[in-house]
Amino acid sequence: MAGSTLWFSLLLAAAFAGRATALWPWPQYIQTSERRYTIFPYSFQFQYHVSSAAQVGCSVLDEAFQRYRELLFGSVSFHFPQPMGKWHTSEKNSLAILVVTPGCDQFPSLESVENYTLTVNDEQCLLLSETVWGALRGLETFSQLVWRSPEGTFYINKTEIEDFPRFPHRGLLLDTSRHYLPLASILDTLDVMAYNKFNVFHWHLVDDSSFPYESFTFPDLTKKGSYNPATHIYTAQDVKEVIEYARLRGIRVLAEFDTPGHTLSWGPGVPGLLTPCYSGSHPSGTFGPVNPALNNTYEFMSTFFLEISSVFPDFYLHLGGDEVDFTCWKSNPDIQAFMKKKGFGEDFKKLESFYIQKLLDIVSAYGKGYVVWQEVFDNKVKVQPDTVIQVWREEMPVRYMKEMELVTRAGFRALLSAPWYLNHITYGPDWKKIYMVEPLAFEGSPEQNALVIGGEACMWGEYVDSTNLVPRLWPRAGAVAERLWSNKMVTNLDFAYKRLAHFRCELLRRGVQAQPLSVGYCDMEFEQT
Amino acid sequence: MEHRGLGWPRLPRLLELLAALAVQALRASAIAAASPDLRLWPMPLSVQTTPRVLHLSPDNFVFSHSPTSKAGPSCSLLQEAFRRYYDYIFGFYKWHHGSADLRVGVELKQLQVSVVLDPECDTFPKISSDESYTLLVRGPVASLTANRVWGVLRGLETFSQLIYQDFYGTFTVNESNIVDSPRFPHRGILIDTSRHFLSVKSIFKTLDAMAFNKFNVLHWHIVDDPSFPYQSVTFPGLSKKGSYSSSHVYTPNDVRMVIEYARLRGIRIVPEFDSPGHTQSWGEGQKDLLTPCYNGKEPSGAFGPINPIWNTTYSFLSKFFKEISTVFPDEFIHLGGDEVDFDCWASNPEIQDFMRDKGFGRDFKKLESFYMQAVLDMISAINKNSIVWQEVFDDASKLMPGPVIQVWKVEDYTQEQSKVTEAGFPVILSAPWYLDWISYGQDWKHYYAVDPLSFEGSQEQKKLVIGGEACLWGEYVDATNLSPRLWPRASAVGERLWSHKDVRGLEDAYRRLTIHRCRMLRRGIAAEPVFTGYCDHEDRM
Repeated sequence: MAGSTLWFSLLLAAAFAGRATALWPWPQYIQTSERRYTIFPYSFQFQYHVSSAAQVGCSVLDEAFQRYRELLFGSVSFHFPQPMGKWHTSEKNSLAILVVTPGCDQFPSLESVENYTLTVNDEQCLLLSETVWGALRGLETFSQLVWRSPEGTFYINKTEIEDFPRFPHRGLLLDTSRHYLPLASILDTLDVMAYNKFNVFHWHLVDDSSFPYESFTFPDLTKKGSYNPATHIYTAQDVKEVIEYARLRGIRVLAEFDTPGHTLSWGPGVPGLLTPCYSGSHPSGTFGPVNPALNNTYEFMSTFFLEISSVFPDFYLHLGGDEVDFTCWKSNPDIQAFMKKKGFGEDFKKLESFYIQKLLDIVSAYGKGYVVWQEVFDNKVKVQPDTVIQVWREEMPVRYMKEMELVTRAGFRALLSAPWYLNHITYGPDWKKIYMVEPLAFEGSPEQNALVIGGEACMWGEYVDSTNLVPRLWPRAGAVAERLWSNKMVTNLDFAYKRLAHFRCELLRRGVQAQPLSVGYCDMEFEQT
Repeated sequence: MEHRGLGWPRLPRLLELLAALAVQALRASAIAAASPDLRLWPMPLSVQTTPRVLHLSPDNFVFSHSPTSKAGPSCSLLQEAFRRYYDYIFGFYKWHHGSADLRVGVELKQLQVSVVLDPECDTFPKISSDESYTLLVRGPVASLTANRVWGVLRGLETFSQLIYQDFYGTFTVNESNIVDSPRFPHRGILIDTSRHFLSVKSIFKTLDAMAFNKFNVLHWHIVDDPSFPYQSVTFPGLSKKGSYSSSHVYTPNDVRMVIEYARLRGIRIVPEFDSPGHTQSWGEGQKDLLTPCYNGKEPSGAFGPINPIWNTTYSFLSKFFKEISTVFPDEFIHLGGDEVDFDCWASNPEIQDFMRDKGFGRDFKKLESFYMQAVLDMISAINKNSIVWQEVFDDASKLMPGPVIQVWKVEDYTQEQSKVTEAGFPVILSAPWYLDWISYGQDWKHYYAVDPLSFEGSQEQKKLVIGGEACLWGEYVDATNLSPRLWPRASAVGERLWSHKDVRGLEDAYRRLTIHRCRMLRRGIAAEPVFTGYCDHEDRM
């Protein structure tokens, strides 16, 4: 897209300093005017266009219509008499949705097309998209365009929007191991993700602290590894519900089962899986990473990931691979012997590589792709060329932009998270720093740039649970959402502040406990229960 | 200007009280390294527990008045408290079970409350209110004894914290003997309802949580530059034009409800009407109150602090504070006095003339002091005491005795405490406890490690420290994040101000604080986690 067009559209919108400027994230191309149309809540309808490939019965859109109807007008009773008479050109009584490609029952994927165009003028009120996923994005935009006068009348301005995401992978990580998050917290987060056009829920399900994922192959994992096997777990039904809830919002669920480190909670449920650490010539009673020297380990992983591959429909699994602590491996005589036998010398990175490669082979045999944390790349594990590397370390071993350069130069696809660790909090409007990150600000060829598939905001759980999750996430994660969706040139902080502050109030109106950006107020404040 | 000095005679009484408290603290030596399974927060002065357990049944247990108590069922403050604490102890249980058989063992059937002196049921808590109590937990009747109802409230909180559910879910308490009183009489939380409006409901929640932490002062920074939500009866224009909107106001009824809700929990409401700076929002509804700033010879259209040279200013303030003094029953009013920007005053030709007439030269601190002294005198004249931010002391060449100085600047705050107390002024410490300043990780440890008396000074000087306040300024805080940002971080300050100075072991504090946080969660406060882990009932929030 030509920069001048964009700037034109920015200025144009700013000139109408009101309605269209409320959009978040900012669309790729927008034209609006002061001409406005009245919307009557009682008669307004979302309708499938006659030539749409999706029609009534399309679960994704049928449900979306209900959701957005409620978001727009609240749960008003629809039994009111309709306004009489024929419609004027100054009124809109429906939004027509035209989806070109059929398909309502599949799952979104990295390749899903999310483009849409939205046209509101005298002749039509039309949302056109290639897929149902694009229609979802367009419905969100539409809902943000509708505004209400002080007298309570709903309006939408004459608008033309052509929109598509800058990056296909726009994720949010939640950590349900350090603190358990009730199912409702996760579902609520998925809603707000959709408002921000995020499309990947990276579910860091398990870690050292607890193992809340209830495995049907290895039920002891949660029985012995969860905080409380009755209440602090995700049953198969919970997981299904999350996946379907996400699907209906065009969000992929990327499940992470991090190994070989970060696995202490796996230990109690699977004896022999973790490496016994030694103190001198005796086991110290503590355990380290997964034991890579035993065949049993790989048999277990093979069975476990067979389950995971079938439970989570997304093509990708996240296999972790970060922060493997070598001291325990070093202390263990069996591992030492294994190292000698394999000719690894004293290089434990080779042992790590050995493990990861075997794991990757297992998972690829199930027809899955995978994402791993950057250490797998840093430690020179030989991985398949289609591996996605998630860059998370800000400074080490190199600055994160340098890391992006190195990863893409090696031909791997990259995901950026390093500057977006939202669990790290500071005083003041830190969203600005988050917002000003440019994911492609590294030295590299256009081919390298093309390997950056997106990024993720991460909310690690050491200090976060359902008491503070929502205000800590929103609207700060919104800054990441716009960076990953909108045009590279949309970087003006004043313009962003105005829209984000407005969007935050809109989130409050929608019942989301989003914290303030600065001094001020919203017409509808969060109400304490 | 004549100094009326009504504030001064009050000071010695305050000192007497502080001295008495200090003696008490020495007498009952703290058993800080108490039994490892204690679940109390803040830690009482002296705790003795035995392994002997008593069981409680929700159907049998009652709070009652001892026949010798000076308070009885007509004391609604206590009746309300009994109901509240019954709910905190058993409420969750009732919800999920019906009734259960009590297993064998000694049953605790009653907590008998005895108030020794005039109970003060219908009065407001004061800085000098006696909050001490003794709690003797024995079967079948435990006793809670206090001089006043305020001590009973603190003791009920402690009693409720002693009770836990054993492995089978039975309510259990260990035989215990507790003697307790606070280290400092002023233990406050500051909330800021100007940068962001907080609903009365949010304030109630905060008061609930304050009681769980034995805080006893809500410092209500009610107005400031951004908005004026306090609805004044005398000057209704102030909130009409100065509030964010007509729904972002505290009506007289709202204020009354907050004061009463706080009173029932033994919490004072100290309102702050900060001037002469931080008053932009006053200007909307009160013409000719703020100083017009000049750009060369012309008014720039902007306004600065309150104009200290006009008589109309003082007649306005006099009427205004007369209203405040009747609306808010506490003997203290906070007058602010911080961060006065001199640029606007300096730009204004009338003020320049006034400065010349008064012989202030170019020293605007003198003008500031002139204004503050006038307001302080005004407050004395209506029989109230004042609290001010430290600048009022720092910028005065010689401040008249009377006000309490609140130390808030973090740089060299211990030196400031030395200076202020050396000059004989009582001090409230806030500098290390600005909870709106957030950072990653367990910052509660920093708040906890502070000792308010760690400055250089004589014993007499130390006695002048009447307490401290955790401040949650509102630039980035509203009802969406207030609770998790305050709790349990403010709890660290709560224990520092209540417990003996030797109670400072971090490991034990961490253990108890984690339990306390789960307890607050169970009682409906969205207190954020201290660190990785879980609470039993968190999914039921």
